[in-house]
Amino acid sequence: MVAVQVICYAAVVVFVVAVLVRVIRYAAISVGMRWELYPVPHEKGRAAWGGSIFEELEWWTKPRRVDMIGEIREMLSEIAVLKGVWHHNRKLWWFSFPFHFGLYLCIGWVVLLVLLGIFGAAGVNLGDDLATVATWLVAITGYAGFALVGLGALGLLLRRLFDPGMRRYSAPVDYFNLLLFIAAATVALAAQLLYDPGFSLMAGFVTSLVSFSTPADLHPLMVAEVVAGAVMVAYIPLGRMSHFVAKYFLYHKVRWEDEPNRPGSEIEKRVKQALGYRVDWAAPHIQQGKTWGEVTTELPAKQEVAK
Amino acid sequence: MKGAKKANEVKPSDLGLDVEQLTELEPERLPPLPHPYQDWKDEPIPEKKKKELDTSLDGIAGLRIPRPESEAERRRAVESFVRGLDKLFSREDNWTFLRPFLLSIENCVRCNTCADACPIFVESGRAEIYRPLFRAEVLRRLAMRRRSGLARAFGALTGTNSLEPDWQVIARLAELAYRCTLCRRCAQNCPMGVDNGLITREIRKLFSQELGWSPVELHADGTIKQLTVGSSTGINKKALEDILEFAEEDIEDRTGMKIKIPVDKEGADVLVMHNAGEFLSWPENLEAFAILFEVAGISWTLSGDLVGYDSVNYGLFYDDVQYARVTLKHAEIARKLGVKKVVMGECGHAHKAFMAVGDRMWLERANIPRESALTLMEDLVCNGKVKIDPGRNDFPVTLHDPCNITRSMGIVMPQRRVLQKIAPRFREMEPHGVRNFCCGGGSGFAIMQSENFPDWRMRVSGRKKFAQILDAFQDCIGPETNKYVCAPCSNCKGQIRDLLNYYGAWERCRILYGGLVELVVNAMADVKEGFLEWELH
Ligand code: SF4
Ligand code: SF4
Repeated sequence: MVAVQVICYAAVVVFVVAVLVRVIRYAAISVGMRWELYPVPHEKGRAAWGGSIFEELEWWTKPRRVDMIGEIREMLSEIAVLKGVWHHNRKLWWFSFPFHFGLYLCIGWVVLLVLLGIFGAAGVNLGDDLATVATWLVAITGYAGFALVGLGALGLLLRRLFDPGMRRYSAPVDYFNLLLFIAAATVALAAQLLYDPGFSLMAGFVTSLVSFSTPADLHPLMVAEVVAGAVMVAYIPLGRMSHFVAKYFLYHKVRWEDEPNRPGSEIEKRVKQALGYRVDWAAPHIQQGKTWGEVTTELPAKQEVAK
Repeated sequence: MKGAKKANEVKPSDLGLDVEQLTELEPERLPPLPHPYQDWKDEPIPEKKKKELDTSLDGIAGLRIPRPESEAERRRAVESFVRGLDKLFSREDNWTFLRPFLLSIENCVRCNTCADACPIFVESGRAEIYRPLFRAEVLRRLAMRRRSGLARAFGALTGTNSLEPDWQVIARLAELAYRCTLCRRCAQNCPMGVDNGLITREIRKLFSQELGWSPVELHADGTIKQLTVGSSTGINKKALEDILEFAEEDIEDRTGMKIKIPVDKEGADVLVMHNAGEFLSWPENLEAFAILFEVAGISWTLSGDLVGYDSVNYGLFYDDVQYARVTLKHAEIARKLGVKKVVMGECGHAHKAFMAVGDRMWLERANIPRESALTLMEDLVCNGKVKIDPGRNDFPVTLHDPCNITRSMGIVMPQRRVLQKIAPRFREMEPHGVRNFCCGGGSGFAIMQSENFPDWRMRVSGRKKFAQILDAFQDCIGPETNKYVCAPCSNCKGQIRDLLNYYGAWERCRILYGGLVELVVNAMADVKEGFLEWELH
């Protein structure tokens, strides 16, 4: 069982490192042209029709009214109920939503087990009532989570197979990912129902993980459940399924990024720095090797332009 | 049939197929148009005239790349492409758009939610090559070759190694980058936030900045001409003087008003920048602005400097270097004039180039504030600074929303508030505002007038807009009622003019088009009645 524990720790490490690498990679691109796309939900009083501060006369003299509540509301409805898919691709939503919601439940299940494990290891007594509620919550999030992930992934798989548009653009890896989810969810459901219907063995295993103690033996099917879960945790951030990271940047740092460049601002400083980069583009109208600042303020010799 | 594959059967991996022409538009698959065009039959698109052009994608010559004469030439082009591809991913070479580009390339989940948002894909009868995902997927598969070791070893599994660049692939991809108007409607629908419009722009950029491949209208006759002669229209300083003189005379003929159009006026508060296309094709737009500002008592001027009298910036559509050159020139001119603000005339992409994308290129002392003429007009009309007699505009009016002004900038209500004040029979198109459909002439298409590209543009990229216009006027579609499509953007006006001509909609339905300021002036109580002329031009 120690080997299973090691697999779990390794999976968490891979997850954290892979997510961090992605975050750092995207966050490191610190400047670029503005490329927002309306509606932008933090535009106070204007988001309903997709308006921006540019609608105001002499907008630069007006305070920028940022509605964080509006932005958070939009974010939550996007994360919690996949609002975009609901509006623009209803047929997909019927599978995509249960799948994602199931994933959230599974995350909740793990968090609950970890918390209970920490309390247990620390000797905190939750009291009978709270402990019963917690047990129920573990069971509900667990069973509902596995079932929804499995069924959602199955629906997504069928849709990918039978929708000609999706099939044409799907790669083997897209099917493989969904099969992996279906397999992991099925194994988890079977293992829990057959060998640990009240989740007490699983709770014991998670306690051993958080307290770094030796776990009790589990049935091989439960071992398979844990290993499959660990594999998913490690695998998700490595491929396209890590889109939760990218989505943050695509929404907050591109689509909704409308901060104006004021004289003396940080943005201006970064742009000026970027104008010092060397240009390697080789078309005849570009003076390869000069800086952006030089290339964009000097025209190349006439004959070069005319080529 | 000229195309080797049916329009709805092409796959990204087919791009390198060794055939004369990969696919073609199938006119019988185009969706029907509303009344009275339900029986409209499009003729097949004529063949290109110049045999030496490579039109092996779909038979259309938009970019107009000549076929290479030798194997060495082919090889050089492919090598350049591969180098350019790397540069798209480099911070030094692509600091301008690396963030949205990288995020979009790496994070599409191929859910196809974007497909139904794209007017070109839908109105082509769902031709695969025009699907928003198609060209992004091609680039993605080509970019896989940049990956090393493990990722490439998994090539077969991920299905992303299936495209190697050769002449045929890159020539078709380059042409394909000019079958999307960069309207970004697909991006709006994408639950991930992936922007296939931006990916198209980056493909155009790769070809322009590395291989020197770009449409003549945008580059040689566009930004290059603008930077050297002063305007992409070819208008030099002398021609500008003549045009303004003519406009002043025309204002007097139409209204009896004697107005001097100010150029480089010292101490003026506002520098007004127009798309110089207005001067040649729609001088009434320039004149209407002059009348409005005169009556409202605004202290304004035009620039007489090279580049300063033409607000266009086609670089926005295909080339960051050319974009930055033009925009920095504009900024410098505004700074030199010492105005308090720059007001953008009715040109959508100029709005975006100056205010949104260009926001970060106007630096330090050259960061002169810029605003839209639409907001200024709203102030003048809705706050009673000019007297309005809406009865003069007693005809049905609908509004076309330029993508660059609405979807990319969030300027949605000012133009509507103006119309509600001046046009009693104003009605919306559906959908409108930030959810609008592109006119089909965006990203430079409206000025790409050679070979058989306009034939494609009329049938496919503009089809949705024409249908929307017809729908908006269904209650009065007959020729007995004059109707007006208000399009506050020069490029959109050019496209709508071409659409009305192609479909004969002026003769058949009496649908005319024009800008917003013309309607405002037509309703101004202090101006002689009848500014608007009901004549298609
Ligand atoms: S671009 Fe967006 S909507 Fe289109 S297939 Fe990719 S993830 Fe889906
Ligand atoms: S940007 Fe517009 S034209 Fe281009 S693929 Fe997207 S929706 Fe279609």
